[in-house]
Amino acid sequence: MGELYLFNRIQKPGYRGTLAEYAAEGGYAALRKALAMTPEEVVAIVKDSGLRGRGGAGFPTGFKWTFMPKPNDPRARYLAVNADESEPGTCKDRILMERDPHFVLEGILISAYAIRAKAAYIYIRGEYRASKIAMDSAIAEARAAGIINEKIMAPGLGAEVPLLAYTHVGAGAYICGEETALMESLEGKRGQPRPKPPFPANFGLWGMPTTVNNIETLANVPPIITKGVAWYQTMGTKPSPGNFLCGVSGDVNKPGVYELPLGIPIKSIINDVAGGVWKGRALKGIIPGGSSSGFLPKSIVDGGIAMDHDSLKNQGSFIGTASVVVFDETRCIVRAVKILCQFYHHETCGQCTQCREGCAWLDQIICRIENGDGREDDITTLLALCDGMRGKTICALSDAAAIPVQLALQHFRAEFEEHIRSKRCPLGNPKMEFHTDGRHSHDHLHNTQTVHTDVLTLHGIENPEAGRYRETMRHPS
Amino acid sequence: MSGGLPIPKPAAAAPNVKDPRACFSKETIARFDAQVKQYPTTRSALIPILHYAQEEKGWISRETIEMVAVYLKLAPIQVWEVATFYPMFHLQPVGRHVAWVCRNISCDLRGCNEIIDAFHKKCGVAPGQTTADGKLTLRLAECLGGCAQAPVMDIDGTYYENLTPEQVGSILDRLK
Repeated sequence: MGELYLFNRIQKPGYRGTLAEYAAEGGYAALRKALAMTPEEVVAIVKDSGLRGRGGAGFPTGFKWTFMPKPNDPRARYLAVNADESEPGTCKDRILMERDPHFVLEGILISAYAIRAKAAYIYIRGEYRASKIAMDSAIAEARAAGIINEKIMAPGLGAEVPLLAYTHVGAGAYICGEETALMESLEGKRGQPRPKPPFPANFGLWGMPTTVNNIETLANVPPIITKGVAWYQTMGTKPSPGNFLCGVSGDVNKPGVYELPLGIPIKSIINDVAGGVWKGRALKGIIPGGSSSGFLPKSIVDGGIAMDHDSLKNQGSFIGTASVVVFDETRCIVRAVKILCQFYHHETCGQCTQCREGCAWLDQIICRIENGDGREDDITTLLALCDGMRGKTICALSDAAAIPVQLALQHFRAEFEEHIRSKRCPLGNPKMEFHTDGRHSHDHLHNTQTVHTDVLTLHGIENPEAGRYRETMRHPS
Repeated sequence: MSGGLPIPKPAAAAPNVKDPRACFSKETIARFDAQVKQYPTTRSALIPILHYAQEEKGWISRETIEMVAVYLKLAPIQVWEVATFYPMFHLQPVGRHVAWVCRNISCDLRGCNEIIDAFHKKCGVAPGQTTADGKLTLRLAECLGGCAQAPVMDIDGTYYENLTPEQVGSILDRLK
């Protein structure tokens, strides 16, 4: 499937990603080449390449770098690397960090040089212990080899520059993947997103100019520097060049993470790359790019929709992390939406009313529909709620929670109506009471997220879950 | 005045502020010290330091909160608000091992509910509970990032991928 430049080493049997192995594969040549240029020249190359961020928003990376202040600005600058991969369905950055950490590190160091960063901080989610160990040992190896230091000679500038990278761990909060929440968390605070402006390029980590980039995005940088813009644009599409890492999970024969060119039809990802829908079943629908990108039905997949930024945007979805979750014909979409609504309810930081209350309402209404207690007007209520949650909050989590519900109702509305009408799942899926009961009463530590069941009653919406989800503030023992 | 508000009891005496260096092992303090050096502000080291403290103590107690606050020269509330925000910090005692079973979408499709049932059959715990012998606490995790190897669980920082319910018993037997 075309040329590989992200997984080319990882796919070799026996490759363990040590410095010696990486160097033998031509590793750190791109860093040497970059240091022979001025930082502005590196930015220009990445900008010309058309590389777009792989963390979800798809923002042009080189363009983002140009937002940093002019070189004569005396403030310290930082690169924050987003390795807080926690979008459901996404499992790609982890593979790069665990199995080719020097490759990731080289991309980080080139990018840090390009934005003249004093240091790079790699924010790794707390659960990814293996990734942290791999990155820490790569950093230690690079320091011992003189690749990382307070002072590294950069011939392009005719001066010494700092090239430093540190790892930092999170502690299980999805919201810290949002760039301003990530910076708050790195500063040792609750991961609550900051209002923008000021933008990170002006007021970021510790109030200093900061750029936040995703791991996979930065892994694209060394090959672009080594092989050039023309080579990079031979892959992918014109507005979305390059390869991407595609996690395929759910009901397929060969789930996995694959390196594919942008613009590949999603149907081909499912059938040719991931071995087709499992158990000989038919496709029902997909999540195209991580949970926030919502649900698309078989008809759109069969219509030949491509995995790129613009094709998915036209369907009201977005490429997100390009991680496909596949549902076979036996799956209940209401149950899938319920799992996602519980997720967003758990992960909302509680700062904005629309999101804090909206996520709780979505969770509770979808739960009662799934439990067979849905009401006639629930779908209208859900749509009104989603409308109230879109584009009205500090960060995009509120939108991310509303999109799956909106798209599911757009494409699978009949299934919701059938649940409400017949007071059960038409597909005969079991209820999940056992597993959800314990969750919100025992396993849910955010005291900002107390669910105001009485508010629902105030608005005349009966709440069969009342009491069950009620929590109290937790205090120190 | 009769009736009215009850007279507040005098506040409990403030706990003795001890030396954090006496509350944690030398190794843990060394990890604290190394972590703080990474950042321009000491507060930035808070989350990694809470991880180290939890690794030593098993959970984050009120005393731990206060000691970390003294160590980082923060108000205890600044530590407490962070400890309550992040789900990986245990604010109550947990078992010697903590198993996080992913419940999110890809793992649900691939059978995480059978995994949770297997825990229940093997040692009688539901999510959020600790076994009677204090060996294991079962918790449900949001997406652990092992979607392509679902179902996934994480015990004490080690991932178990492509799990089957049958494997759960033998994995638990191997834990001390």
